[in-house]
Amino acid sequence: MQKYKKNINLLLGAGILLLFFGMMVVSYFYTPYDVNSMDIPNKLQEPSKTHIFGTDEFGRDIFSRILKGSQTAFIVGLLTVAIGAFFGVLIGGIAGYAGGLLDEVFMRIMDALMAFPGIILALMLVAVFGPGIINTSIALGIIAIPSIARVTRSGFVQQKESEYVTAAKLIGVKPYKIMFKHILPNISSQIIVALSIAFAIAMLAEAALSYLGLGVQPPDPSWGRMLKDAQSFLISSPWYTYAPGGAITLLVLGLYLLSNAIRDIMDPRSK
Amino acid sequence: MLKRKYVLSFILIMVLLTISACSGGSESESGENGTSSESGDGTVATSGGSSNGAQEITVRINDDPDFLDPHHATASISFQMILNMFEGLFIPQTDGSLTEGLAESYEVSEDGLTYTFNIRQGVRFHNGEELTMDDVVYTFERLMGLNGGEKLSNNFDNVESIEAADDTTFVMTLKEPNSNFLYSLTALQSAIVPKSNDGKHNESPIGTGPFAFVNYAPGVNLELKKHEEYWEDGLPYLDKVTFAFQSDDQAAVMNLLADEVDLTGVPGHRVPEVEGTYNVTHQNNNSSLIITFNEEKEPFNDVKVRQAISYAINKQDVIDSVFFGYATPTGSNMSPAMGDYYLDGLQDVYKRDVEKAKELLTEAGYPDGFKTKITVSSHNDIYSSIAQIAVENLKEIGIDVEIEVVEWGIWLERVYFGRDYEMTAIDLTGRPSAYEVLNDYVSTNDAENFFLFKNEEFDQVMADVLRETDREKQIEYYHRAQEILNEQAAAVYIADYQILWGSKQNITGLKSYPFWFHDMKEVKFE
Repeated sequence: MQKYKKNINLLLGAGILLLFFGMMVVSYFYTPYDVNSMDIPNKLQEPSKTHIFGTDEFGRDIFSRILKGSQTAFIVGLLTVAIGAFFGVLIGGIAGYAGGLLDEVFMRIMDALMAFPGIILALMLVAVFGPGIINTSIALGIIAIPSIARVTRSGFVQQKESEYVTAAKLIGVKPYKIMFKHILPNISSQIIVALSIAFAIAMLAEAALSYLGLGVQPPDPSWGRMLKDAQSFLISSPWYTYAPGGAITLLVLGLYLLSNAIRDIMDPRSK
Repeated sequence: MLKRKYVLSFILIMVLLTISACSGGSESESGENGTSSESGDGTVATSGGSSNGAQEITVRINDDPDFLDPHHATASISFQMILNMFEGLFIPQTDGSLTEGLAESYEVSEDGLTYTFNIRQGVRFHNGEELTMDDVVYTFERLMGLNGGEKLSNNFDNVESIEAADDTTFVMTLKEPNSNFLYSLTALQSAIVPKSNDGKHNESPIGTGPFAFVNYAPGVNLELKKHEEYWEDGLPYLDKVTFAFQSDDQAAVMNLLADEVDLTGVPGHRVPEVEGTYNVTHQNNNSSLIITFNEEKEPFNDVKVRQAISYAINKQDVIDSVFFGYATPTGSNMSPAMGDYYLDGLQDVYKRDVEKAKELLTEAGYPDGFKTKITVSSHNDIYSSIAQIAVENLKEIGIDVEIEVVEWGIWLERVYFGRDYEMTAIDLTGRPSAYEVLNDYVSTNDAENFFLFKNEEFDQVMADVLRETDREKQIEYYHRAQEILNEQAAAVYIADYQILWGSKQNITGLKSYPFWFHDMKEVKFE
């Protein structure tokens, strides 16, 4: 327990993440203004008491849209991680435990996926299946698979020679039980770290796709899209970029801090 | 040890964030920073704007031309550039009228069927050859597909025959009278090209225009040079014209400020940055910005539904937020740029009135509204911005609209050609002829009537106007046609938006046409 309290990365990372999580939960029940209602005579207002982050080019309250945008960020992040985790752990687990030809085939496919620049793959998938939150998440989830599979595989390769695995095999435990009941919990820390990094990458990628106009569709707010819209007003209304840019930076920073902290705590060798 | 590093880097990042947030207070400072960092990555590859008095201009264009061959080109952006190289029998003017070009004079027979043109003598192509009757005949045969090739234009379907009466007299005979026929004889529809260049019109285009083709570098620029033997004495003034391609509107302004281009379109909200140091000219684009419907689909086949939507949409909000006020409200497909063909007053018919819109919807049998989808292209942000405003406005009368943003190619395929859509927002580009501005709505015009608008009276009026030779009466017909579009709410007519051109202050002679054309003929640096 002492270990947790002393770790400042953990405190900061968890703090930031909790803050955004809180924002997301609140935004389901309350936003200061309706996120999509327009007030065109009051467009592009500077931050003030009535609009703490100002208003956008349609007179919509930027703070409300940032709150609502956190939903998009979390939904995309969680869905991506769920897809990536399911297939990544499955593929990595089988490849690592079975070894041999199966391992070769699976991992070379993963290498091929990894060699492909992620954002281009996502662009292609979104272009084929159409934009939107779900399709974006699926595209990003596919991209997340290889890195999770690799981490899982290396864990399995290490663990499968351990004595407890040999013992389990000798008393006739079924392979899938050994894999997911015995080995998986032992490598969970590595996987959690990989997942939290995948989460951060997914959020950045969603922002990038929305920035390119292919992610979340208007009028639903997304931080990436807000950043894109703000770009045209960079000189006349620079404060418009601060809120979405700051939100993306802070949340990704929080996730990285957290994943570092988890690794430090869980890894017995880092002292 | 390692942990301390993380903490340190974190603190550093926070400090950086705070600093950048603070600098927001002094706008001018951050503005300057933005300028200097952005101009560095400007992608316009040119030798720089003209300085030290050379008569060379660099004009920024959004995109590459689709074709350099004037008979194949369809994109308005192509004509914006290539009209400097080509001329037709007639030349369109800035007020939408026509003057004689390569035809020195002409006569129309009493029955309106036979057109006789005297071809101008002493005109030379860019390659030095003299313009002959052979070239004129060749041009029209090529367009009509009479010389073995494929037909390149539908404008001459009504032509019975063409012939060269003698070396200077060209005769065209029509099947039916058409008062709009001369408008198909400009370089937009029938640029005169030399027979000797057959097969190479796209690789090395040759015309009689004031500027000659030098080089086309895809994605970079199109270079033109002065046509020394141009038939109008003393013109053009410029020695060299470079059309540099830059798709990003924001970066284009940086290119102007960095002296890389001499002339570019400027987004409305950035006018304050260039005003004062550059000339800003407002061009009434003659376009028709509309939100429109597939009028064969329910519920848009009901005129009351279309009128309700017209009442519900706040056109002034679109003008203020998307065009920053730089747009002229319209009430039909025609813009005030068309002079006396334009019927004033229609723009006030559908003033925003939510109550009236609800009443009309109830009368149409949709008291609780309905669900629909608006499909817009992503190639320009204005369309999704307009869609967002429409969604908010229509929500108030109970219509639930979903936005679908697709790529330009998909939009063309699905919406414009495929007609597989419910609602969309688009601007119809201006044309010099009043007939062509309105004929998109003729029910037999399969190619352009993507709204599937069908109105018998409108079809009749548009057929009558072609048979009418008296200009005053033509105007009456065109006015009636505009009234019908307005009464029937064939589309939600929003505005003719202006294009704002930012140019160096020592540039003179820029002209604005009611269609897309960067005319460089009379441009010069003082």
